[in-house]
Amino acid sequence: MLEQQLVNALSLGCVYALFALGFTLVFGVLGVINLSHGAIFMLGAYAALEVVTRLALPLWIGLIVALLVAGTVGLLIDVLVLRPLRARNAPHLIPMIATIGIGIFFNSAVQGIFGAENLRFPSEAMPDAQLHFGGVQVSVLELVIIVLSFALMGTLMLVMKKTQLGRALRAIAESPKAAALLGINVEGLFFLTSFTAAALGGISGVLIALYSNAVFPLMGQPILHKGIAVIILGGMGDIRGALVGGLFLGFAEVLAVAYIGSTMRDAIAFGLLFLVLLVRPQGIFGKLLERKA
Amino acid sequence: MLLSRVPFAARSLVVALAAAGAVASAAAADIKIGAAEAISGPAGQYGQSIRNGFQLAVDEINAAGGVKGNKIALQVEDEQGKKEQAIDVFKKLIFQDKVLMLFGPTLSNSAQAADPIAQAAKVVVFGTSNTADGITSIGDYVFRNSVTEADVLPETLRVAAKHTGLKKVAVMYGNDDVFTKSGYDAFKKALEDLKIPVTTTETFAKGDVDFKAQLTKIKASGADAIVLSALIAEGAPIMVQARQLGIDLPVIGGNGMNSAKIFDLAKEKSDNLWVGSPWALGNQTKENEHFVVAYTQKYKAAPDQFSAQAYDAMNIAAQALGKIKLSGDLAADRKALRDALPSVTWTGATGAFKFRQAMDKSGKPAGHDAQQAAIVSVTKGGKYSIEK
Repeated sequence: MLEQQLVNALSLGCVYALFALGFTLVFGVLGVINLSHGAIFMLGAYAALEVVTRLALPLWIGLIVALLVAGTVGLLIDVLVLRPLRARNAPHLIPMIATIGIGIFFNSAVQGIFGAENLRFPSEAMPDAQLHFGGVQVSVLELVIIVLSFALMGTLMLVMKKTQLGRALRAIAESPKAAALLGINVEGLFFLTSFTAAALGGISGVLIALYSNAVFPLMGQPILHKGIAVIILGGMGDIRGALVGGLFLGFAEVLAVAYIGSTMRDAIAFGLLFLVLLVRPQGIFGKLLERKA
Repeated sequence: MLLSRVPFAARSLVVALAAAGAVASAAAADIKIGAAEAISGPAGQYGQSIRNGFQLAVDEINAAGGVKGNKIALQVEDEQGKKEQAIDVFKKLIFQDKVLMLFGPTLSNSAQAADPIAQAAKVVVFGTSNTADGITSIGDYVFRNSVTEADVLPETLRVAAKHTGLKKVAVMYGNDDVFTKSGYDAFKKALEDLKIPVTTTETFAKGDVDFKAQLTKIKASGADAIVLSALIAEGAPIMVQARQLGIDLPVIGGNGMNSAKIFDLAKEKSDNLWVGSPWALGNQTKENEHFVVAYTQKYKAAPDQFSAQAYDAMNIAAQALGKIKLSGDLAADRKALRDALPSVTWTGATGAFKFRQAMDKSGKPAGHDAQQAAIVSVTKGGKYSIEK
């Protein structure tokens, strides 16, 4: 049973991490807690679902469409909402409040168009193969989620550390004004970041919808709350933190269920989170009073 | 067939009016009935089914000439599955729109909060989907035709135990929702009464996507069946993930699991789910077959228990309306309707129905619950089959 629970924990942790990656990226570069990330995540799932069911195209095309749709929505949110607020030097809480409104807008719009009921991807969209490793069951999808979480984190970190683009992004995270003075195209990189983060959100929406067999308008809300906990725990804006924080929450939840009892799950998971933050208020990888990309 | 569903008085009136060439008589007034249901929000799929059931019944009643020549004007408001919104909508329907009576709200949670408003205003509030304990103890203006889980679940367990030969069960329920928690309480009591031991009790929360930790524990506990009190949003993924983990046990579900949606959401992993309900899609009575055909034609989708109960509730209300003489004095008409309702009996999509007096906490008569027999079904190959 323990082996199975550890695998369960790893895949749940990676589900959280996958969501948290885009979430933390926006915060790291733009300094905005984007509370519409849950809605973007949901839009990705619906976009792919439409492609797979209505157009009867394979899932990988659905994933690409989800990436593009979510990314474009993220870009539009930046262009239409966040940039005007930046231009007017709005206090930092204002963009966050604006993103709550954007989230409600998309949730209601999707509910109006597609209805409130749960939908799911057709079962033939994703091979439902189960792999057995000596009594432990893992689905192909879980493996994809686990591998993708680590791969995406690795790629993002490489980009940040080793490339000119990453250096520019880190400079912006340090100080957008100074970066602009150095000739960095700050607005352009804000757009790029918004697109990338939202695209990641869209892809995680599809994968998690497949994982939980459920697509519904409010699917992004519960995971948004978990996502906030994960990036605070990992260190706001830190890419490693998204993965480590996600895994921490996944393991805490699953092991609490396995050894203490499911009624105590959230109490234990969030109690542990609180204890970690008591020792490191800046999160596991965070630095105090400094933003990191 | 359609006319047979309408009270005799209304039918003869239609004939008389049609003969006189004056169907749209100036004397006939609309009877305003409100419905506060969760059209949007997490309970939206239930609220939308309920709205469809009401609308189908209203269309049939009005097409057959209305109640004593008066058309029913249904006004549906969205209470979003939220207590605060339900209170606001109740106030709007009662005081602003001045409805004669109102249906709803969708969730027991909201009913606990909003029904006292109707009780205080002396307006009949008629729940079609509230199954938690204590709703009808609020007062004598509170009615429901939804059968409580406390009545259905013992029957579901008894039939499932008889057919599967289960000896011990694991229990799983959503512990952050009045509806699923109340289902759990009813299951717990029924299990104690039937002396079926419980191997482990697991919980989850609304919006969870992963249930494998709990299911792995259940698998290890050696249970013969899983007793599940969940809404379909969590219940369907629970069934899928259980089967993925190689748990092929029977699942015995509460009211929330009783929806044909399970076949869409869990596909081939939906087999061996036992549910009890006053209504079943495959129940071959004349009234139910009429309902299923009419609903499917109108909405291009299969009805569920929620639409069936809403459909019957509207017909029950129409029966009561047929018994009273509307005076035009709103307060008097509202009271007359309340006094006429308890004695209504009706055979509709959910079978033979009558009201049962409910008591409040101090044992005094309060509102009215449903008195109805449960039908137990099991899923197999994307279909329900009725078991006795």
